[in-house]
Parts: sequence; structure tokens; C-alpha cells
Amino acid sequence: MNDHSPPTPSRGCLDTPVLKERGQHEVFCGLTSIVWLHRKMQDAFFLVVGSRTCAHLLQSAAGVMIFAEPRFATAILEETDLAGMADAQEELDRVVHELLARRPDIRQLFLVGSCPSEVIKLDLAKAAERLTVAHAPNVRVLNYSGSGIETTFTQGEDACLAAMVPVLPETQARELLLVGALPDVVEEQALGLLEAIGVGPVRVLPAHTKAEEYGVGPNTVFALTQPFLGETHAALIRRGAQHIPAPMPFGEEGTTRFLEAIAAEFGIGADVVARVTEGPRARARAAIAKVSEPLRGKRIFFFPDSQLEIPLARFLTRECGMDAVEVGTPYLTRDILGPDLALLPAGPRISEGQDVDRQLARVRADKPDLTVCGLGLANPLEAEGLATKWAIELVFTPVHFYEQAADLASLFARPLRRRAALRVEAT
Amino acid sequence: MKLTVWTYEGPPHVGAMRVATAMKGLHYVLHAPQGDTYADLLFTMIERRNHRPPVTYTTFQARDLGSDTANLFKTACLEAYDRFRPQAMIVGASCTAELIQDDPGGMAETIGLPIPVIPLELPSYQRKENFGADETFLQICRHLARPVEKTAHPSANLIGPTALGFRHRDDITEVTALLEDMGISVNVCAPYDATPEDITRLGAAQFNVLMYPETGESACRWMERELGLPYTKVVPIGVGATRDFVAEVAALAGTEPKFDESRLRLPWYSASVDSTYLTGKRVFLFGDGTHVAAAARIARDEMGFEVAGMGCYNREMARPIRALAREYGVEALITDDYLEVEATIEALAPEMILGTQMERHIGKRLGIPCAVISAPVHVQDFPARYSPQMGIEGANVIFDTWVHPLVMGLEEHLLTMFREDFEFHDAAGPSHHGGHAPRVLGETEAAHRAEKAPEAAAPASSVEVVWLPAAEKELKKIPFFVRGKAKRNTETFASERGQSEISVETLYEAKAHYAR
Repeated sequence: MNDHSPPTPSRGCLDTPVLKERGQHEVFCGLTSIVWLHRKMQDAFFLVVGSRTCAHLLQSAAGVMIFAEPRFATAILEETDLAGMADAQEELDRVVHELLARRPDIRQLFLVGSCPSEVIKLDLAKAAERLTVAHAPNVRVLNYSGSGIETTFTQGEDACLAAMVPVLPETQARELLLVGALPDVVEEQALGLLEAIGVGPVRVLPAHTKAEEYGVGPNTVFALTQPFLGETHAALIRRGAQHIPAPMPFGEEGTTRFLEAIAAEFGIGADVVARVTEGPRARARAAIAKVSEPLRGKRIFFFPDSQLEIPLARFLTRECGMDAVEVGTPYLTRDILGPDLALLPAGPRISEGQDVDRQLARVRADKPDLTVCGLGLANPLEAEGLATKWAIELVFTPVHFYEQAADLASLFARPLRRRAALRVEAT
Repeated sequence: MKLTVWTYEGPPHVGAMRVATAMKGLHYVLHAPQGDTYADLLFTMIERRNHRPPVTYTTFQARDLGSDTANLFKTACLEAYDRFRPQAMIVGASCTAELIQDDPGGMAETIGLPIPVIPLELPSYQRKENFGADETFLQICRHLARPVEKTAHPSANLIGPTALGFRHRDDITEVTALLEDMGISVNVCAPYDATPEDITRLGAAQFNVLMYPETGESACRWMERELGLPYTKVVPIGVGATRDFVAEVAALAGTEPKFDESRLRLPWYSASVDSTYLTGKRVFLFGDGTHVAAAARIARDEMGFEVAGMGCYNREMARPIRALAREYGVEALITDDYLEVEATIEALAPEMILGTQMERHIGKRLGIPCAVISAPVHVQDFPARYSPQMGIEGANVIFDTWVHPLVMGLEEHLLTMFREDFEFHDAAGPSHHGGHAPRVLGETEAAHRAEKAPEAAAPASSVEVVWLPAAEKELKKIPFFVRGKAKRNTETFASERGQSEISVETLYEAKAHYAR
């Protein structure tokens, strides 16, 4: 074991009662995850079947990316599509044929359901089957829902990956599957570390291209690099694969424990992990110590956003010396977050779901030093005098594993440093 | 179904949010699924507002579908009233709630709140953002405005400015100053910064100044009919339009047209010799109808440009823009498909684009300088500094904004003089003009172009044109920022004449042919 980690509280927050709330949710819907997923899957196209609102959301979330011929688009439902169902299916076929003719490089097409398409009960599963036949063998067409009525923000990635699991071929090979879309630089580091430890062969879900896909079966073991993959977790277990429970690989401690859990599954001792990771661990610890100075002793409050909140609170409390006041998460999946909950020192309120006005009343009463929240809340809270860190950046920036540990800490430290640096009153 | 990547306008309920967020003391309860709150960040991030938009969302989820959503809506209305105590409320549905047919207006009425509750019907599958803003403001006026006693002094209302409007904040200041110069005070400016109580006082003015037809025309027409308030038809963007506006206002108010031109610099700047090089620059205009119409007049009459094409994305303005385009001898492009805009710009090959955020990126891609004249815009076009488009200072701002992306006279002269100097060779590009950097095609883009090539590139004649070495050398002496056009013109010239080779002669013959 790692001698430098702080003593582990035995049950952490495992027994903390969870404040479950329903009311106005100030969160993104699952469609947003297309913005980073399409960068990762290079031969995939994401076609949202929805309204002008869906297109407008993607445009707002994607920012300048929208100008780079991105591999996503919206088929906007019009008045005529709402009239009769048969018509809508024909229209969808026409749009898909048009799209695939324009983009012959596409090998996987995702039909992504939205609130309007779910409410009118447009059968995208049937459409995906029909279109797969029509465009075989060049293009595989899958479907999932990224609608706001069913998914919150990162759950869109979960729904997408879960839709891919059933179509992976069957295999008996004993392979490790690393699940969750990571930035390429992070993915390469993770694969390098696992190889050095002696774990292999390792596959990643999602793969870069359809051609790189692999099988899954009863001898597959998998580890999640993102906490929001509940459906994918269930889908893999249905295929007979075994889950390796581990804390999420954030920070020096999280990464080490993550690697140790995988190594143990492959019969490799913690001493091997310790030897292989000695350099990166020391680097991460030193870098974290340097950048996390403004964070020590500071109180942090998390609004729900991505489901990354609990592992991040664990990293910030244990490795950066922060105190958590409230840790909000849109969903709390205990099968996945158990190891992180056990490490998170008891004390903070844990909340699941949201009633934004009540939560705002709590944050005002708590007066935390730093509040993690969405872009709709950040400036209004700054104007009230609370320092904020906007949450969506945590999903787009490389933050996992050793080399990014200090970058992760500095994402939280920067707003505090900035507040200390500014000498003019903002009104 | 319509395949879309970029949309010039959001859905109509975003237009309603623009009105609600612009106002004070008004609350919007929006029946909408989880996720529609994304629109908040347009106001808190792009416009940098320091408060949350006054919008409560019901954020219903799949498990709520059925009768439960109606209760959710009622609860949301009651809680919003208790929490925010607004003077009035607007209620409506987003695109998904429109499909579940809960009737927000009817439900809100049954709650019996002690304030006016204004129902909105915004057809999400037919109309868009500007319609949403225009219709919302109309409904607010219909429900709240009543005939009242006129103000003792001459006064006018400013109608149309909203949240997330392109330069609305500073246009208000500028137009207020124009009116003050004529002894006319502003009775109410709405929706921007107005309360529902202010709306009840609209009738006290002598007339309305319709600042933005896209978001205020319906309300102005209604007030003309019901409250007897005439409204201005000229939008004061540009020197000529501002003068016409002042004359129109004077006639409506029965005062003298007074206009303090001491700070107006556009006419002299445009007349000064450094601007000679602007003569006949071919510009393409695209944006909302109002800003395009104003920009066309400035471009031709005040900057000496040639208008090579114009268009707008809002169909509500299609008719006036078509008429205007005919007057300028060009074809109007009425579309909300940016690929069509891009194809048109490519075909016209203008020397400058005046457009929206989207045209800025098209310009970047094609290596054509661009200035932004209309929404949609990004965060940098909600500047900290004073930057109106209207009135005297607006004209000054427009001169600077449009000229900066172009290489000015002296600079152009020097670049030509030193064109063979090592620092000014082709690949170097002017240091701070990204728009002039030699164009590098990305892989996908190249593929995209290759796909489009058959229709776009087919010339009038299929003659293969070859550049002779001497002509090619001569071509390289032409400054790189006009070389692309010279090359294309020469090739067209040669192929139209059935010439298969381009000599130095051909090059100069073509130059003479296209000279103006």
C-alpha cells in the first residue's frame, strides 16, 4: 500500500443519509455529451432528432466547435412531421440518406432521441434497424436517448455507450475493458501505466473507430474511468463481464487505488504498482502540493451537474485539504461510487437531484469559499460575492490520472487566486 | 424534417426569455423539460448578466408525463409567485410541453394569483426567436397598457430593445440623447429595464420610437391602433438614416429637427484621402433585416463600397429586403441555412463580409475580412466599452469597425511597394490580419469542398487553362491579398475566350477587362 496517503476513514460517507430533492433542475440534458463524444469517436456521426431548441442547445454548448464541420447535427422536427408517424419515419430515412451521401467517411450513425421525439413516441429503434439494413455493410446505425426527460448531462455518454454494448461481438478472451471517453492524452497515459504494471490486453470503450472494436464476454473484466456510466455498467454485466470496483482515477491517491484494484484482479500485487508508479506519484504529489496552497482549509459546495462531484470532493478533501460543505450529484449510483464514498471523510451533506431555489438558499446560508456550479448560476453567484468554479470545464479538460492531477487542483485554485489578485470592486 | 447544424435563431421561448430578462418585476414560468435551462447561460455568459434570468422552469421528467405535469406547472407558478413576488407573470410552454398539451395559460388562470398572468402561444415548430420576442412583448402590452393622460412635456417611448440584443444597451443611450437634443424626453423604454407598471404608462407618450422592428413592431402597431400612438419607421443606423430619423421625429413631435453633429466623424473620415482605397470594395451583407438594410445604405452612400449581395435570415423581413436588393441591383438571399450563405459568398467572392458571428467564421475560412453587424453574436460583441450602432456615435463606431479588418490605404501601398521583400512574401501574411493569412484547408474541409466541387467549380467553358511560366511569375508580383481574385478573373477571361494558355498578355488583358 501507499504509505503517503492520509488514513482512510472506515466508512467515510457510506452511511451519510442522502438528501433527495425534486424540483427545478438547473442542468444540461444528455444531448450535451455529443459535443465531446463525437471528438472521441472519429468515424461516428450523431444525428439528433429533435426541435430547434435541441439544435440551439448544441450550438450553445459547442461554442466555436460548431464551425469546424462537426460530426453532429439536428434533424429539426417540423409541423408536418408531428401530423402522422409513418411520415416522420420516411422523413428520417430521407435525412439520413442525404447525410450519409454527404459524409461517406461515416461508419457509425447514432440516432439520438430528444424530448420532442420521445413525447411523440417516434420509434428510433425501429428506424435504426431499418437504416442499418439499408446502409450495410458500410454504416452501422444505433439509437439512444439523450433527452432531458430521461438523461442529465453526462448520462448522455452513458446512454450512448450502453447502446453499443449489445452489438459488440462475443468473446471468451480475458481482457480488460476501460470504460469512459477520456481525452487521447489521458487514455495513452492510462494504457501505458497498465502495460507497465503487466495488465493486458486492454481495450477501451468507446474505441476511436468502429474498425478497432473487440469482443465482450464472461471473461471480460471492466473498470470505469467515469462515474456516470450506470447503464453501461448494467449492460456489460448483462453480457457476463465482471466489474472491478475502484475509486475514480482523480488525483494521486485515486489513480493509485484505481490501478491497484485492477492489478489485484489480474493477480498483481500492490508492490508492483508502487514500483511502476513511483515516479509519476511523486511528481503528482509535488505538483498538487504546489498548486493547492490556496485550497487548504477552504470550504467547497457542489451543485449537481455531472456525477463527478463525489470523486472530486474526495480528491479535494483528501489531497488538497479542503472541507466539503455540500456535495450535490444528479444521481448517486452506489455500485459505482461506493469506493469513493467510503474515502470521502464524513461531514458534508450529500444531495441527489435538485430543487435549485432551495439549494441556492442553502449555499447562501453556508457561504462556502468556493462553489462548483453550472454557467447559468456562476456569474449570478459571483455577483452575490461567492467565488465559483464552473463545472462543465471539468468534463472537457484532461483531469484524470497522475500527470493531470495538479491541473485538476489548479482548476479549483485559480478562481480563488483570481479573487485574491483583483483590486477593484465588482458590482 | 430539416437537417441543421447552425441556427441563426433559437426557438420562440428564447425570444420570450429575452423580453422577460430585459424587464424588471416580471417573471416567466416556462413549462419545459429538464435541460431547457441551458438558455440561462446565454444571458449569464454571453451578455454577462449578474443575475439569473427571471424564469422558473417546471423541468418535468419522463416519470412525470401524464397528469402529473399539470400539477407540476401549477406548483411552479405558486412557488415562483411566493418567492419572487413579481408585478406580473408570463406563462407558456417550450417545444416539448407544446406537445403534451397542458395549456399553461388556462392552468395559470385557475390558480387565481393576485397579479396579471399573461399566457403566451408560441408555435415552436413554425416560428423562431424573434417572433417569440415580438409576440411576447405584444401580449404584455395588450394585457397591461391602457389609455392614460399624456405627459406635459413632449415624450416618446423607446420600443424593441431586449436582453441579448446586439448593442441594444448603448443604442438606448444614443437614441435618448438624440431625442433630448430636440427637447423630447423618454417616457418608457421597453422591454429593456421596464417594469409591468411602466407598461401601463406607455400611452402617456406622444409617439413611439420603434428601435428594432424584429422585436417591437407588433406592439407598435397595436399601440398605434389602440392608444393612438404613431411610431417611427426609420431606424437611425448611419448618418443619412439618423438625419432622416431626426426629421421624422421632429414631424411627429411638432418640434424643430435639431441634430448636434459636432461629434460626428464618419463623413470626414470617409472623405479623407486614406479612405480612397475603400472605393468600390465589394461587400456582402447578411444578418437580421433591420441591420442589413441600414448597413446597405451606409456601405454604398457613406463608405463608397459596392454592395455585391445582401440577405437576411429572418423571414419576417424577407419582403423589405427583397425590395431593397432590387434597388441595389443585386439578388436577395433569404435563408436560415448557413451553407447557402457560404455558397453565395464563395460565388460572389466579395472583398469584405458584413454579417453575423457565422459569417465571421465563413470569412475566416475563405480568407475574406469580416465585420459583425447583427445578432447572433458571441461574447466579444457585448463589449464593456460604449459601442452603439445608432445615432452619431454609432456612425463613428461603424466606421472604425468596418475599416479595421481591411488593409488601409497607406498600409496597402507599402505592402505593394515591398511585395518582394522577404518579410512581405506570400506565406508571411500581415501580422495582425488573420483574415489575410494564406488559406490552409483542413482535411475534412478539403473533402467537403471536393464533394461540392462538381457543381461549384464547373466553368462556363470546359477548356483546360494553363499558366505559362512568365505569366505565373508576373502573377506572383501581384499583392497576395488580391492575387486570388486576379487569378480567378484571368482564368475566367481566358476560358470565356477559348484560350488554353495564359501569357503575360492575357493577364494584363484580363486586368484591363475587369478594371473599374
